[in-house]
Amino acid sequence: MSTTKLKVVGKPTPKLDAGVRVSGKAVYGCDVNLPGMLFGAVLRAKFPCADIVAVDVSKAASLPGVACVITADSVDTNNISHKRDHPILKKGEVSCLRDEIAAVAATSREIAQKALSLIKVKYRVKEGIFDPFRALEPSAPQINRYGRNSFSNKNIAEEFHYEHGDLEGEKNRSACRIKRRYFLPRVTHCCLATSNITADYSPTERRLTLYSSTQVPFLYQRDMAHALKLEPSNIRVIQVTIGGGFGSKLDMYPFEPIAAILSMKTGRPVQIVYDRREEFLASPTRQMMVIDLMTGADTEGRFTFREVDIILDNGAYTSWGATTPFVMMQTFSSLYRVPACKFAARAVYTNNPYAGSMRGYGNPQATFALERNIDVMAREIGIDRAEIRLINANFPGEVTGQGLTYRTCGHRQALQTVIEKSGYGKTRDRQSGARRYKRGMGFASMLHVAGGAKIYRSDGCGTTVKLDAFGYLTVITGSNEIGQGSETVLAMIASEELGIGLDKIRVINSDTDIKPWDVGVHASRTSFVAGNSLLGAVGKLKEILSPKAAALLKTGVSDLVYEDEYIRSMTTGERIKLDKVVREIHFQKPNELCIANHFYEPNSELQDKEYRGNVSSAFAFGSQAVEVEVDTCTGNVRVLDVYVAQDVGRVLNPLGLQGQIEGGVVMGLGHALMEELIVENGRVLNPDFHNYKLPTASDVPNIRFYPVETLDQEGPYGAKGVGEAPLVPTPAAIANAVSDALGVEISSLPLTPENILKAIVEKHGI
Amino acid sequence: MKKDNTRRRGGEFQEIAFTINGRKVKTRVPPSMLLLDLIRDELSLKGTKPGCLEGECGACSVLIDGSAVNSCLYLAVNTHGKEVTTIEGLSGDGPDPVLESLIRNGAIQCGFCSPGMAIAIKSLQNRFSSHPTLPDREMIKKGLEGNLCRCTGYVKILDAAEEVLKPG
Repeated sequence: MSTTKLKVVGKPTPKLDAGVRVSGKAVYGCDVNLPGMLFGAVLRAKFPCADIVAVDVSKAASLPGVACVITADSVDTNNISHKRDHPILKKGEVSCLRDEIAAVAATSREIAQKALSLIKVKYRVKEGIFDPFRALEPSAPQINRYGRNSFSNKNIAEEFHYEHGDLEGEKNRSACRIKRRYFLPRVTHCCLATSNITADYSPTERRLTLYSSTQVPFLYQRDMAHALKLEPSNIRVIQVTIGGGFGSKLDMYPFEPIAAILSMKTGRPVQIVYDRREEFLASPTRQMMVIDLMTGADTEGRFTFREVDIILDNGAYTSWGATTPFVMMQTFSSLYRVPACKFAARAVYTNNPYAGSMRGYGNPQATFALERNIDVMAREIGIDRAEIRLINANFPGEVTGQGLTYRTCGHRQALQTVIEKSGYGKTRDRQSGARRYKRGMGFASMLHVAGGAKIYRSDGCGTTVKLDAFGYLTVITGSNEIGQGSETVLAMIASEELGIGLDKIRVINSDTDIKPWDVGVHASRTSFVAGNSLLGAVGKLKEILSPKAAALLKTGVSDLVYEDEYIRSMTTGERIKLDKVVREIHFQKPNELCIANHFYEPNSELQDKEYRGNVSSAFAFGSQAVEVEVDTCTGNVRVLDVYVAQDVGRVLNPLGLQGQIEGGVVMGLGHALMEELIVENGRVLNPDFHNYKLPTASDVPNIRFYPVETLDQEGPYGAKGVGEAPLVPTPAAIANAVSDALGVEISSLPLTPENILKAIVEKHGI
Repeated sequence: MKKDNTRRRGGEFQEIAFTINGRKVKTRVPPSMLLLDLIRDELSLKGTKPGCLEGECGACSVLIDGSAVNSCLYLAVNTHGKEVTTIEGLSGDGPDPVLESLIRNGAIQCGFCSPGMAIAIKSLQNRFSSHPTLPDREMIKKGLEGNLCRCTGYVKILDAAEEVLKPG
């Protein structure tokens, strides 16, 4: 890999699959149409907490057009989720409104829905528990009886404890100690394509093919096999074009094995596609949580300690999302320098809809709490808000209390950039006086894994590259494309290294029967891990190509350069077409294929039982400055300008990168200002886009992005992961800006007009 | 989804004749059928995407006589005598300049909203072609407000629209 003169990497490159997607030719889950396909539908619970006394499916089963009806009694399955605490079909009791009681497959969607309405379920309604604090009381009944529980309370699904430094000593020497409680709402992914699966079981081959939107096809294959008691290799996962992921497709949910069972029972393909209401009701959410945070600083503004206690509402079953404290703990232990940290988090079962994982994985919530406390501390000590952040910024070479190793670190540079570019200090006069519109500015930083995250035994990715006799390259990568643009970045890397045009490179990444193993799309890891894997494979391909080319050009391998579809001798200037070299290798001695494989495993560490260890090969840092204008009459907050500086290592595709930044900021803006899935007594009250507000084109602020390039030696060309990061500091920065504008404390989201007016009234009276 | 063809001759079906992507179509549809279902299930034009079926997200936008409508809120029978253009109709010999602009500007991530976005931009272009002034960025924002996108943060979509609507 040479980084001296890059020809492709670093140049704005439109996504290779953009044309297929925008022209309507891409096949999403809802577009799959197989011969003889049936339509599946799921009957869900009517009450969030009840005993099931009886289920009568006889009328549904005899409805013309219905091919199959299943309940827990007619299937033989294992529980799903990494805690194995989630039965696919519920028997005897229901624990939340999403609970699947029965499912049907029919010849049309309408008949499937009609069949559901004919299923009679008799319930004995029980009082549910919808408050995680109530669930922790000794008198509370056990909510989930399936999970292996070794924690301090029967209703705890996951529990985390972490500590470093001399907490009491640091507390005692602190000049200021700030303790606050923060409430973070349930928000949800709102992928534009709703959840979908098409299962196609072949009774003759005993093979199950799944057309799925999963982000993690190989883990999914294993989980599906466990759920259905099949051999993993008899399950082929073909990823359809995915209409939005954002973490929602990290877990497998019951509707997916349900579709598989319906297909196995009928011998026909079965498709389940949620409608939007079902998507709001039955797909996972970001964790709702309450964060108790105490932080301290000395008289100079240097941070001394953090003490954190978090309660997360897990809902009735556990998803990967319950492990978000793993990421939150990194922010509390290692964002800005802090000598002591004590962190505790408990994900608690309730009868609410269960939470999942979502872009940022707990980090937006953790960062919100931390950055709010920093503003309060700055005011208390009398230090400028920008200054206190600069004093405590992370630095290159730092090894944090948790063992995170910052080989490169652009935190200070990111902070300085947004402070300077935002014109901070020059806008202070705007908020004086009693005018209706008040302006404010807020800052926030973030830390996120950016070189994979070793949370499984392997965080690796396999790649096969195949150069054909016509000079076209096929990259078969274990990683996958969920819209984020990794496919294009991989093609750019291959193009850079081999001198082949992007139009002659194909990326194959959607079929577990073909592609090598990869852990999946999460932790902003794909460009980093799959990029490094590809570089390894290309290196091995060159070991096949170069000796032949050198012989043909009568020179040494070290004299060769790959460019413009030729291999050229630098000394003689003689060159030979790449496809000719391939044909010479295929059809003359050594009679070999031009194919190479590589498996890349990042050099990160699995953390020990005390959560110490360098979990990622690189870390991303970013800072944002946000200017808002608040209408004190209506409570409406307008985000005017967002200044983003982020340590991305190196910019690989400026066009794709900018898109990730803008998309992340606007998703963060939604979290800050408008989004909340309102759940009352276990029921979702706003399951539609009319009442769950997403940002629209009219809400978009001016977003100015300044990449910080730290050229990390571990990354492909020095690049780090970028995908989740831009969303992480945005809600915090917006909240700090609103607090600055109004002089009120902000301790919860979203900052809806109603909540803003309440805050103003609390401060000033009516 | 197979429909019972014999029922189509019955009285509850209405005959409609309309143009879709330049092609004349005559068919019988139940009065309650949504245009979205006619397009996707009967005519197999899958580029029009079902995002919410309640007129909030705009993914299913199509042009009717040149103006964007949500095909999930529009009854198929109402297309009688009208000209319908779906995303497939925007790619003739080559892609429409609207699509090219979206591609060039990096306005496509997961792409599920993209066909609807392209239709919405095309609709604006049609509207402003007979307008004395060019739209400014705020007008373009208003024009695309009915189309949700979760990936891009809209900036690149607005850039792409601006390039098409304010050439030069």
